[in-house]
Amino acid sequence: MNLPGTQDYLAALPEIVVATLACIVLLIDLWSNDRERLLTWLATQFTLLVGIVLIIVQLSTDVTYAFAGTYVKDILSDVLKLFIFIGAGVAFLYMREYLRIHNEMKGEYFTLGLFAVLGMMVLASASHMITLYLGLELLSLSLYALVAMRRDSAQSAEAAMKYFMLGAIASGMLLYGMSMIYGATGSLDLREVADAVAQARSDDLILIFGLVFIVAGIAFKLGAVPFHMWAPDVYQGAPTAVTLFLATVPKLAAFAMLMRLLVDGLGPLHDQWQGMLIILAVLSMAIGNLVAIAQENIRRMLAYSTISHVGFLLLGVLSGTDQGYAAALFYTVVYMIMGLGAFGVLVMLGRAGFEADRLSDIKGLNQRSPWLAGVMLVMMFSMAGVPPFLGFWAKFAVLQEVVAVGLVWLAVAAVVFSIIGAFYYLRIVKLIYFDEAEEQAPIRGSSPMRVMVSSNGLVVLLFGLFPAPLLGICIAVFTRIELVIG
Amino acid sequence: MLENYLPILIFMAVGLIMGAVVMAIGYLLGPQRPDSEKGSAYECGFEAFEDARMKFDVRYYLVAILFIIFDLEIAFLFPWAVVLGEIGLFALGAMAIFLLILVVGFIYEWKKGALEWE
Amino acid sequence: MIVLSDYLILAAILFALSVAGIFINRKNVLILLMCIELMLLAVNINFVAFSHFLNDIAGQVFVFFILTVAAAEAAIGLAILVVLFRNRRTINVEDLGSLKG
Repeated sequence: MNLPGTQDYLAALPEIVVATLACIVLLIDLWSNDRERLLTWLATQFTLLVGIVLIIVQLSTDVTYAFAGTYVKDILSDVLKLFIFIGAGVAFLYMREYLRIHNEMKGEYFTLGLFAVLGMMVLASASHMITLYLGLELLSLSLYALVAMRRDSAQSAEAAMKYFMLGAIASGMLLYGMSMIYGATGSLDLREVADAVAQARSDDLILIFGLVFIVAGIAFKLGAVPFHMWAPDVYQGAPTAVTLFLATVPKLAAFAMLMRLLVDGLGPLHDQWQGMLIILAVLSMAIGNLVAIAQENIRRMLAYSTISHVGFLLLGVLSGTDQGYAAALFYTVVYMIMGLGAFGVLVMLGRAGFEADRLSDIKGLNQRSPWLAGVMLVMMFSMAGVPPFLGFWAKFAVLQEVVAVGLVWLAVAAVVFSIIGAFYYLRIVKLIYFDEAEEQAPIRGSSPMRVMVSSNGLVVLLFGLFPAPLLGICIAVFTRIELVIG
Repeated sequence: MLENYLPILIFMAVGLIMGAVVMAIGYLLGPQRPDSEKGSAYECGFEAFEDARMKFDVRYYLVAILFIIFDLEIAFLFPWAVVLGEIGLFALGAMAIFLLILVVGFIYEWKKGALEWE
Repeated sequence: MIVLSDYLILAAILFALSVAGIFINRKNVLILLMCIELMLLAVNINFVAFSHFLNDIAGQVFVFFILTVAAAEAAIGLAILVVLFRNRRTINVEDLGSLKG
């Protein structure tokens, strides 16, 4: 019987520390009488900070397997966790502002958020199906609860119910697929699965069966068409602070799940899953961009916009090359930054008991606050993929890799759909700058919030002009690690 | 390549048909002679006192929800108990940590007043 | 003699029934919760059967985790259901239509 040793614990130290601190934050919140929940919030941010420090201290390109191969620490997991911490930190800042504006401050928003972060960390480091499943469920269950946190709102309860139902079905499908893969390969360890799959015949029925269910499960979680039904309802029904969290950071975890399951585990079946991902990607880009045009609710519009971005993310992954994965990672990170910024602006526009989420609510924003209008302009141009904003480089990087593997028609289709998509982003810009304001309420916002939203806009602008560092990190991740591909 | 997926299509079709057929068989084969006496609830020879679908107090649900979590986590104690002799102190420590996490949850629900009936 | 495929067929039928149940049922959200549990149990049968015939214990360990996570999932589902009922006074699936584009 070999028990875990020191190096196992060291490899998983960030998770262990975050889990411990999350429990402590829960207890702190329990005994704090502060209506503002400042202590809870500070402890939450402190936890994320400790996580960042622990990751940076241990940052290396070595691949370490821990706990009998159930857990892996490699450069991909490290970088993903860093981005998760940063994204969650920004999201929690916006969340606090939102909760203060709407007068519903509750510590549970932050503790549940921390547990979701922990789930994402476990997902990013999973090298065994059990670890992967546990990480996924920890993330999903926290998100279900977050969506339902506003207990007196029928709308969020309904959104939570839909999210829960479809999420649970997705988990069921994913598990069914996993059981088939387990039966076909005889192992749950993703490394052993990859070895067994490489040797199996490519028309092994059980294997294909399992693959289909796994892809369907992942597509549900990602919100790719035709498994996207939950996204618009949840984005609209949940409190904006929760929407901004669940729309952005967990996409990194979903990317991690794609990499771990499809690439690390089922990499040798690339020919099979490439076809499925192509269908998902084309449908997502088409439906996402077309339906978004018809939306009157900004959050619903952003949901369909997310769906189309997921299509782009899938383009990078389906290319099956290291450069393609790097482009997909870049795209995911860029999407996270843009999403945080756009929802951050929406949070600032809201008032107590009022969500500024109809198109008419942002009319003439330039007259009310030229600065906030500028940030929104940057976000919309970036999401539309207008050069030289950050979003353009993300789309460019992904398309380059798709063309490199010879799928030119796919790249053309992607370009056509994003040009269609540019319409609704530019419509927002038009509303902001060329329409008369219907709302005249002054826009307040605490100074940390103002600073954060401005820097968020600045990041998109600056990285748009100099995308090399961010893209460089993503490429470095994939050229140095050893991915288990047949 | 595409024909590989045929069995999956068949599987899904069979799945849907399966669900529909089971319901259809019950409907078609069962004799359909409705009768008000037959349709009424039978309660030990008495007239039914009230509707069988009575509403439960929502607090029962709350207790059930809290119970089910702690109840099923105990499932981990059984395999642990079986191999405790072989693994020894390490297993004891691991279970202590596991129970500690459950206790954190328990403290939370206690302090939040979820265990109060009123 | 019961062979592996018997278990797989049983699990497949249960899985298909649960999926059909989710899509056919239009009345009660509680029944949807039951269908989801059935789905996970079908998966468990698969895992236990494979685990037994492969002589590999990992599958049964996974079943333990699925069972406990399913309990947590059911708890969250019920909690959301209670919130929904308090707000809506109904748990009818067809009444869940206030969010539309």
